[in-house]
Amino acid sequence: MSQRIFITGTGIISCLGNNLQENLASLLSTKSGLGKIHYIKTILKDELLVGEVPFDLDGLFDLAHINPSDAYSRNALLGIIAAKEAYDHARVLENPGIETGLISATTVGGMDRCDLYYHDFLTNDSRNSYIDVYDCADSTEKIASILKIKGFITTISTACSSAANALMLGARMIQTGHLDRVIAGGCEALTKFHLNGFNALKILDKSPCKPFDRHRAGINLGEGAAYLVLESESALKKTGNQPICELAGWGNACEAFHQTASSPDGIGALLAMKKALDLCGMKPESIDYINAHGTGTDNNDLSEGRAIETLFGSSIPKISSTKPFTGHTTSAAGSIEAILSILCIQQRVIWPNLNFEVPINELHFSPVKTLINNANLNVVMSNSFGFGGNDTSLIFKKTSNI
Amino acid sequence: MPYINGIGLISPQKTVDTHEFLTEIMEYQADFLKCIEPVYKKYIDPIQSRRMSRLIKMGIASAKISLMDAGCDMPDAIITGTGLGSVEETEKILGEISKDEKFLNPTPFIQSTYNTISSQIAIQLKCHNYNSTYVHRNFSFENGLLDALMLMEEEMAQNILVGGIDEMTFNHLQIIRRVGQWKKEPVNNLKVREYQTPGALAGEGAAFFTLGKEKTAESYAELLDVLTLFDIEQTTSIPDVIERFLEKNNLSRPNIDLLILGVNGDIQYDPVYYQMSNDFFPGVPQAWFKHLCGEYYTATGFALYAAANILKRREYPPIMQLNDLQPSSWKNILIYNQLRNINHALMLVRAIS
Repeated sequence: MSQRIFITGTGIISCLGNNLQENLASLLSTKSGLGKIHYIKTILKDELLVGEVPFDLDGLFDLAHINPSDAYSRNALLGIIAAKEAYDHARVLENPGIETGLISATTVGGMDRCDLYYHDFLTNDSRNSYIDVYDCADSTEKIASILKIKGFITTISTACSSAANALMLGARMIQTGHLDRVIAGGCEALTKFHLNGFNALKILDKSPCKPFDRHRAGINLGEGAAYLVLESESALKKTGNQPICELAGWGNACEAFHQTASSPDGIGALLAMKKALDLCGMKPESIDYINAHGTGTDNNDLSEGRAIETLFGSSIPKISSTKPFTGHTTSAAGSIEAILSILCIQQRVIWPNLNFEVPINELHFSPVKTLINNANLNVVMSNSFGFGGNDTSLIFKKTSNI
Repeated sequence: MPYINGIGLISPQKTVDTHEFLTEIMEYQADFLKCIEPVYKKYIDPIQSRRMSRLIKMGIASAKISLMDAGCDMPDAIITGTGLGSVEETEKILGEISKDEKFLNPTPFIQSTYNTISSQIAIQLKCHNYNSTYVHRNFSFENGLLDALMLMEEEMAQNILVGGIDEMTFNHLQIIRRVGQWKKEPVNNLKVREYQTPGALAGEGAAFFTLGKEKTAESYAELLDVLTLFDIEQTTSIPDVIERFLEKNNLSRPNIDLLILGVNGDIQYDPVYYQMSNDFFPGVPQAWFKHLCGEYYTATGFALYAAANILKRREYPPIMQLNDLQPSSWKNILIYNQLRNINHALMLVRAIS
């Protein structure tokens, strides 16, 4: 089981920009994408701060080059835009004849349309064409149809670790010989459904989130999509693509503690990180940077911080949460942050943990406060943890010799 | 490999008792088929179960029945497939949101996420191992099984709990009726093919399987392989796909002793099954099962339950027979299911040797 997993394409849309270059530019200028709600119609619009992709549905149709008369959810359009960028980047179309699959992650799915049309669904036939967008598979099948992917496609939903699990499954399907090339990632659009859901849970911060800060007060939700193209060694020989880096390790564990809260000692996080290291035979000291889950809730940051301290002891690598840039993009967070982590390796930078001021009493580390340039990074870890204690950790490694 | 060592199935039939196999058939005249639920206090602490949605209770109970059946206390992975997740909880939220966006009770939101079933099972078992949830229409259960097969191959697991679970509500039924997927009026489940009308009879179920790397004295069958294929352009020849799938498993058409088909009484798509089986598997016994459990995204959980029991008991219930042929041996069963002739799924099950 020693197949290497090469990343040859990335595509991303978030509140930081519509593509990789725009996201990179925003990150380098350390400009957060958080703001008031402009495009989602909700009574919470003046109350919450979110990472919204600044387009209405018609604007997203334009970006995706799709006829606006068809029944697409905001989620599917975000997914198509990012998946298409990754697909083009890895020159998938120019290299047919490679067994290619699509693994997409989402949880809220097409709820933006259901928010609007549910009453019609129940009472009349006016919105029948949107009924299909109800489930999670709809956005995946729309992406597959646009990219003309047939064969293996699936959808994963493990709440906020969904996209990390999509990447993990993609790597495993290559390692076990089921596929040679995989487009994997996740998409999640802001909806009234989950804005209200998180609001009811009272874990949203009305001001910019402050992960790992003593005075942190919760999450800012965000939206977006990100996909990565993974290739096996044999696919890489055929495509001749220059790998961006490698997906070297992955670990999935479950807190088995509480449906929405993390355990005090972060057992799930610890196990996920350990499994990822063990899988690629690395020691904790190999990790140069951790892109933390760091949501900004009391519970997550303490639990994740404790797990990191348990695993890394006194030599804790550089850490930051990029959620103050993007907002918490829930099911897309795993792949959005995978791309942000990879950008660190490529650009030799470490993204700052914006808004951090004072360390948490119980923890002995502080995250990176300002952008670090000229960082020599070889190995980066990205954490994604979800409701239900579904915790996944990924390890990305600079490609040395092919 | 792997071996099906335990099964827990809650369905519209009397399937909870693992010692029985379709001995008494439930006949309904209904809009959709509802599960016959067990007394939950046997499986879940009543204080906890009071706060749980019906879907979560069905999931936990069927998972526990499966583990007990297999004599397994702690699986190395928990994987759930669910096409629709918690429809009931999602409807509660949508109902409130589509009115005035006032909802203050977070419980339906917490229980509405698709991974709640897998994670609640993990909480019940205190199982920190691999945990995932597949949510892709009629691929959900098969993709969960494929994940399990890979975990075995990767030597990451000895025993894995894999399930397929979906629920139906009257509101959801009414919504989907608008797009012609369900029959427009109540029908008799056992006669669902006789109406010759578009749409299927909806159903629901919770099926969990304990798969083991090692067989036990009580093993049902071996799950050889699983395949899912999405082809929106409908350009793939399904017989060719089946041929390659069998070849990959060192089998060919004459090795298939019984074909279980996803026939559901929908005249729009049932011909897909008949054409494939008549052209490609003439003279092979054909079975169906959706008149027993209804159509739902993870209905093939019922088919795998049936295949496993048929091979273990060497009994082919007459109620499942779609043609007059009887199996001449009891070795290999192929299950074929499709959705709109776009999403095709195959499972290959072999008797314990």
